[in-house]
Amino acid sequence: MNRIQTNRIKDKAFQYFGVFCTFFGLAMLAVFVLDVLRKGIHRIDWDFISNLPSRFPEKAGIFTALMGTCWILILTAIIAIPIGVAAGIYLEEYGKRNRFAAILEINITNLAGIPSIIYGLLGLEIFVRIAGLGQSVLAGALTLSLLVLPIIIVSTRESIRAVPRSLREASLALGASKWQTIWNQVLPAGGGGILTGVILALSRAVGEAAPLIVVGALAYVPFAPSTPLDEFSVLPIQIYNWVSRPQQGFVTNSAAAIIILLIVTFLMNGIAIYFRSRWQKKVKW
Amino acid sequence: MKIPEKFIVALLALCAGLTILVTAGVLYTLASEAIRFFSEVSIVDFFTDTQWTPLFTEKHFGILPLLSGTLLTSFIAIFFALPIGLTIAIYLNEYAPRSFAFRIKPVLEILAAVPTVVYGYFALTVVTPFLQGFIPSLSGFNALGAGFVMGIMIIPLISSMSQDALYAVPKAMREASYGLGATRFQTAFSVLLPAASSGIIVSVILAISRAVGETMIVAIAAGMQPSLTANPLVPVQTITTYIVQISMGDVPHGSLEYRTIFAAGISLFVLTFALNNISFWFKKKYQQKYE
Repeated sequence: MNRIQTNRIKDKAFQYFGVFCTFFGLAMLAVFVLDVLRKGIHRIDWDFISNLPSRFPEKAGIFTALMGTCWILILTAIIAIPIGVAAGIYLEEYGKRNRFAAILEINITNLAGIPSIIYGLLGLEIFVRIAGLGQSVLAGALTLSLLVLPIIIVSTRESIRAVPRSLREASLALGASKWQTIWNQVLPAGGGGILTGVILALSRAVGEAAPLIVVGALAYVPFAPSTPLDEFSVLPIQIYNWVSRPQQGFVTNSAAAIIILLIVTFLMNGIAIYFRSRWQKKVKW
Repeated sequence: MKIPEKFIVALLALCAGLTILVTAGVLYTLASEAIRFFSEVSIVDFFTDTQWTPLFTEKHFGILPLLSGTLLTSFIAIFFALPIGLTIAIYLNEYAPRSFAFRIKPVLEILAAVPTVVYGYFALTVVTPFLQGFIPSLSGFNALGAGFVMGIMIIPLISSMSQDALYAVPKAMREASYGLGATRFQTAFSVLLPAASSGIIVSVILAISRAVGETMIVAIAAGMQPSLTANPLVPVQTITTYIVQISMGDVPHGSLEYRTIFAAGISLFVLTFALNNISFWFKKKYQQKYE
């Protein structure tokens, strides 16, 4: 066998290895998902979703955790979306060439790299203690808002950057002011991309457990929160709590709760990908 | 009523400026509690003591066991994620049809979107029992299973950033290599990888930083026992898991135990901050090479 043949074989072998690697992670994920379905699907019924937590695995449900997750999702959306989008607009449209913007930019890149648990420590000190919110769902939502802010800012900037100059110039030429141009032209045109970023950010918030544990979300809450200042738990923390117990019944419960959590996350990511592809198709300037 | 435009711009700037406050808040929080911690515990002990037992009667405050646990799990994660991620990047860039590469990328991103508690569950209930079939001495909580699953999570981070780096290599270099009769394999490993090495290194550093800060996977699957060891088969505790362990319990505010989580937190912050900024610096320094 000569060198050319050896090289061709190596080339071909690497190609197969490439296919293998590409699907390796996904295959692992598939194995995991099938495993969790096998262990947990039979546990999911209306009682499981509507029952309060319990010491007995077969009576325990995820109602309080699910409600906590809904509260966190809604409050985080209310707090983080306006601030993140506004900051993104400022950085992309107004703060192009000043020093303040340069500092902001470096700062946001760094914020995106801070581990989520550090945000938990921040929330514990600032929101829970100094602001006196206690271990409430509001303190948790504020903490997660800060965590997802960089994601929303970056995706807002990228989406409005993709809006072509011609659209802006046409609007300005018709006598619209800069803000009118942004509000009436740039934002609607970039809306799909911003929405994608926002959904991905919220999906991240739904799956987070570590910062909320630090802020003081509890593993056991007898009732679902009824005001933003109530104590709370969320699905990921409920899963963490169940998975660390020795009884098999609770491990089954955690598998069932994981199925619910995965449905929520995959649904949100699916919607985000759908919006992104639709937006990319529609916008061909 | 018409709102003056200056007012709107000021409001937008305020929202953007808020991000500075977040950084200030993080620094203030960590520093203020850590300073109080170090007024009670010597900083030399903190870095040299080989035991971490803040909850025992005989207290030791040495960060080394937590640091070794953190680095061990991160190293295992990179050990699995780097070859796989890099191969994916090369394959998608050089071998796969464009349309396939374009479609598979968002699918791979799903790996990073799965909540980390879910990965923790898999590491504990699927991966570890499977590995125990081959390694009977593997304990129920261990760094190996947690690190492996963490590696799966960071595959898309390495593959997508490395792919961007490979894509940025000028077409002329690739064509020159093919023109000399090199195969795709030879081109990838002899021309493209060296040319894109700075971007790939950046992706690896960011992946390490991500792994170092990862919490729930290790909290569930790697155990809660701080030990200064490089053995992947035994339980370890990472900096992040320690913070979780204390937060799950009932530690009174203002106590020394309460402050330990901020001391651990600032160590973690400094570590990830350094890693992130090394990668930014690296990117800036070597990026313009081919432009």
